[in-house]
Amino acid sequence: MFLGCAIPYRVSAFEVSARKVLGKLGVELVEMPEFNCCGLPLDPISHETMLILAARNLALAEREGLDIITLCPGCAGTLKKVNKMLKEDKALRDEINCHLKEAGLEFKGTQDAKHFMQVLIEDVGLEKIKNAVVKPLTVLKVAEHNGCHILRPKEFIGFDDPEDPKTLKTLVEATGATCLDYMDETECCGAPSVGVNDKIALQLAREKLNHIKAVDAQAMITICPFCHIMYDTNELRIEKMFNETYGIPILHYPQLLGLAMGMKPEELGFSDLRVDTSKFMKQACEGEK
Amino acid sequence: MAETAQKTIKSSEIDTKFKYEISKMRGGEKLMRCFQCGTCTSDCPIAKFSDTYRPRQIIRMTQLGLKDRVLKSDTLWLCASCFTCTDRCPQDVEVASVIRVLRNLAAEQGHIPQVFKEECASILESGYAYRIPELRIKKRETSGLPPLPKGNPESIRKTLKEVHLLKHMEKKGE
Repeated sequence: MFLGCAIPYRVSAFEVSARKVLGKLGVELVEMPEFNCCGLPLDPISHETMLILAARNLALAEREGLDIITLCPGCAGTLKKVNKMLKEDKALRDEINCHLKEAGLEFKGTQDAKHFMQVLIEDVGLEKIKNAVVKPLTVLKVAEHNGCHILRPKEFIGFDDPEDPKTLKTLVEATGATCLDYMDETECCGAPSVGVNDKIALQLAREKLNHIKAVDAQAMITICPFCHIMYDTNELRIEKMFNETYGIPILHYPQLLGLAMGMKPEELGFSDLRVDTSKFMKQACEGEK
Repeated sequence: MAETAQKTIKSSEIDTKFKYEISKMRGGEKLMRCFQCGTCTSDCPIAKFSDTYRPRQIIRMTQLGLKDRVLKSDTLWLCASCFTCTDRCPQDVEVASVIRVLRNLAAEQGHIPQVFKEECASILESGYAYRIPELRIKKRETSGLPPLPKGNPESIRKTLKEVHLLKHMEKKGE
C-alpha cells in the first residue's frame, strides 16, 4: 500500500474507506515502512530527483516481490511512468541505479504500480464488486470526476480513454446509483495551481461545480485526494467568494461503494467531509424503505 | 507573458542555441515540431482563466531563443501539469514536458517558487512532501488506521546526494 503525502496529511477519509472496502473485497494490503514521496511534487524543479524518488519506491516493492497499489492518481501516474521509462531505457536505468546504490537499492523492473480504481476493475473485477453490493443506491444521481493523472499522459498511463473515460462511471453504476453526464467532465480541478495562483485554481473548481449543479447531481464522486480537497474543502469558500450556492457533497468513491456494501457512514470517514452530507444521506436511505 | 511577448525583440537577447539545448533534454525532444496551431492554448484549463499563461507562446519563445524572458517569467509556473496539451498535440510535442524542462532550467538559475522549496526540504527531512502534524498521526489510531510509515529519510538523502540542483540549493542555504 502506497499512501503518498496528501492522504496522511489531510485526506484520511479516503484511506479509511478504501481500506474497509478493499478488505471486504479480499484484497490484502502490505504496509511498507520505508516508502517515501512518489517524487511528483519535485518534478517541476528537478526531473532527476523525481526519477530517483520514484525508482526508490519501486525498488523497495521489488525487494518484497509486491506490486504497488496507490490511492493517489498522482503517485500512481508517477510510479507507472518511471517504471515504464526505466524498464525501456537501459542507459537511464543505469544512471538512476547509480544513485540508488548509495542506499543499497537497485531497480530491476519486475513489479507494477496501479491505482486503487485500476485494481478494482482489473484485479477484483466488476462481478465481484456487484455481488458485494447489498444496499443498491438506486435512488441516487451523482456525477463522477476522474482528475487528470489517472488518465494522462496517455502514452505512459495507458488506462481508460482520457477523452471519454468510462471506468469510474462503470464503478459508480455498480453501486446502483445513476452516473450523470455533464459538461467538460475531464477538465482539471485546478489543485496543482494552488500556492502559485489560488484564484485561477478556485475559478476552475467553481466551473466544475457549476456544471455538476446544472445536471442536479446529488453528489460528486472523486478518486483523487487533491481533486477532493479542491472541491470539498473549498466548496464553502467558492460559494462565498463567487456568490454561489451548491451544497453538493463530495465523496471519495470507496465511501459510495462502502455505503452500497452495507457499511455505515461512521465506518467510512463521513465525519471528515466538510460539505454537509445529511441531506444526501437522507436521500440515500430513502431507497431502502 | 502576453505583455513581455509583445515587447520588441532585440537580436541581442536571442540565444540561437537554446532550442537545441532543450531538444536534447528528456521531454523536450520534439520542441521543433511545433507549428503553432494553438491546440495547446485553446485546450488549456489554466489559459482559460489566466490573462498571461499561453503554452503556445512559451513554445514559440523557446524556439526563437528568448531564453531569459522564458526562464525568468512567473507564468512558467502556472502550468497545472494536467497533460491535456501533450495528449492533444497533433505534432506529438510533449508540451507539458517542455514546460517542465524549462522550469528545471529556471530552477538551476535560482528561480524556484517558495512552495517547491518547502516541499523539497520536507522530503529530505521526513520523506513526505508535507509536514504531517502530530495530531493527524495520533488520529490514525482512533480511525483504525495502521501507524504512519516512518520512512527512511537517511536512505532518501543518500540516494539524492549527487543531484546537482539539491547540492546547489544546499550551498545557498535553501
